[in-house]
Order: sequence, then C-alpha cells, then structure tokens
Amino acid sequence: MSQHEHDHPHAEIGQSERPGYYDMMETAVRELLIEKGLFEAGEIRRQIEVLDSRTPALGAKVVARAWVDADFRARLLANGRTACEELGISFYDDTKLKPYRARAVSEPRAVLAEFGTHIPDDVEVRVSDSTALVRYLVLPRRPDGTAGYSEEQLAGLVTRDAMIGVIPVTAGEAGVSR
Amino acid sequence: MSGIVLATGEAPPFRRGDRVRVMTRAPVGHYRVPTYLRGKSAVVERVIEPAAIDNEEEAYGRNAGSKRHYYRIIVPMTSIWPNYAGSARDNLRIEVFETWLERIAS
Repeated sequence: MSQHEHDHPHAEIGQSERPGYYDMMETAVRELLIEKGLFEAGEIRRQIEVLDSRTPALGAKVVARAWVDADFRARLLANGRTACEELGISFYDDTKLKPYRARAVSEPRAVLAEFGTHIPDDVEVRVSDSTALVRYLVLPRRPDGTAGYSEEQLAGLVTRDAMIGVIPVTAGEAGVSR
Repeated sequence: MSGIVLATGEAPPFRRGDRVRVMTRAPVGHYRVPTYLRGKSAVVERVIEPAAIDNEEEAYGRNAGSKRHYYRIIVPMTSIWPNYAGSARDNLRIEVFETWLERIAS
C-alpha cells in the first residue's frame, strides 16, 4: 500500500512555537487555582508525570502481542480498552498536537508524504477524527521476514510513528540486535 | 424487547446509511463539532453505543440525566475542502452528537 523511502529517524513532533492565547489562558487559570488553594502545583506535576510515563513502549507491547497471539488480536480489535488492560496497560490519548491534527484532517496525503509514506491515488484515505467518545488505536501490519522473532524483538520494531499510523513497521536491525 | 417503553431520545433516530446534514449553528462556548463541518452532508456509518450525555451541555453542568447517541458519519473530503488534493473517494469519519444532525430526505 505504501512505501517508506528513507531510513533516517524523524524528529519528534513537538511544540516549538510561542504559547498561544489559550496556552496563556491555561497558565493564568492554573496559577489562580493554585493561589486559591484548590490544588497544589505538585498535583499538576504528578499528573504530568503520569501522562509522560505512558511511553510508546507500552503501545509496542500491545502491538507485538497482537502479532503473536491471534486471540488477543481479536479481543484488541473488538475492545481496545479491555484488551490493553489485560496487559496491565491503561488506555491513553496520544497525538493531540494541534498543527498535526489540523493538517491530518485537511491534507492527510501531504502529512503522510512528509513521513515518506506515499499513498497511491487508487487507495481511499479514511481520516478518523475524534471529538468525544471514541479513541483510535492503530494496529500496524507485521513486517515480512519476522517469522522467527520473539515477542520482545517484535516490540522493538514498533516505533511511535508506526503506532500513530504515519509509517509502516519495518524489520530493521534495531529489532534483531535486541 | 417487549414490555420495555423507551424514553424520548432513547432509541437512535438515525441508522447506518441514513443521509444527514450537520446543522449550521455557531454556539458560544464549548462545542464538539468542527467549524468546517457545519452545513455539510454526510452518511451515517454507525450508531455509537451506548447513548451518551451531551458533552457540550455537560461542560456547563447541565444534563439532567438525558442521553442521546453519537454517530460516526462519513463526509467526502472534496465536500469539505474545495481544493482538496487527493482521491475523490477520500473521506473523513467523525463522531457527531445527535443534536447536531438533521435528516436529509433521500
């Protein structure tokens, strides 16, 4: 379906621009709430740590398990939340960064092309956006030539970009060396 | 199920395949429907179960227990973005609350 034409790692999608109107509003409201004693700065820091601890490695574990265990795969596709919980992983949001999301909706092919993924014209692109209840989990395809890989080696192949669906997983050296 | 009387709004009025239009409204405050979708026609892909509270009302603590459905709808990209670069078959799938949808006679 698509090709990833180069093998260099991509820069993380990050926020580099100046704080916007709502960022400043958030800071102001947060500081007021702390000042009024409704919660403490430490609680916010703690929550940020909670979110930060949800690393892509957890998702990679889920993907690798789905590749080696057909029953788990079926349960994962039927109910992502409960299947992740089987592995002791709670569901979490990812990729809320505004520029990325906005462009994925209006020019999905261009966004994917920036990651080296070119979707042929005869392939229908379906963009799923999330506004309220539903979260989406991308289950990448298991790459060819990985039949002898252990679950752990497979997990080592799964990158963050593959889990947000912008590149395919490839059987690179990273997996073999683990 | 016989004997069960459904409350108003409990049964989803739209079904898979129904043609709907996203209403053109411009509420002030918390809303969940992207501006670019207002007034656009769509097809219902599926009803999202179970019924849910209206997040837009919930933001203000107003709900009084009423629940309706979200629908996953399909909107052609070319109808949203006039200069869309890509296949005419490309489309957006997005969840929209019942109060934002009206039926289009087919």
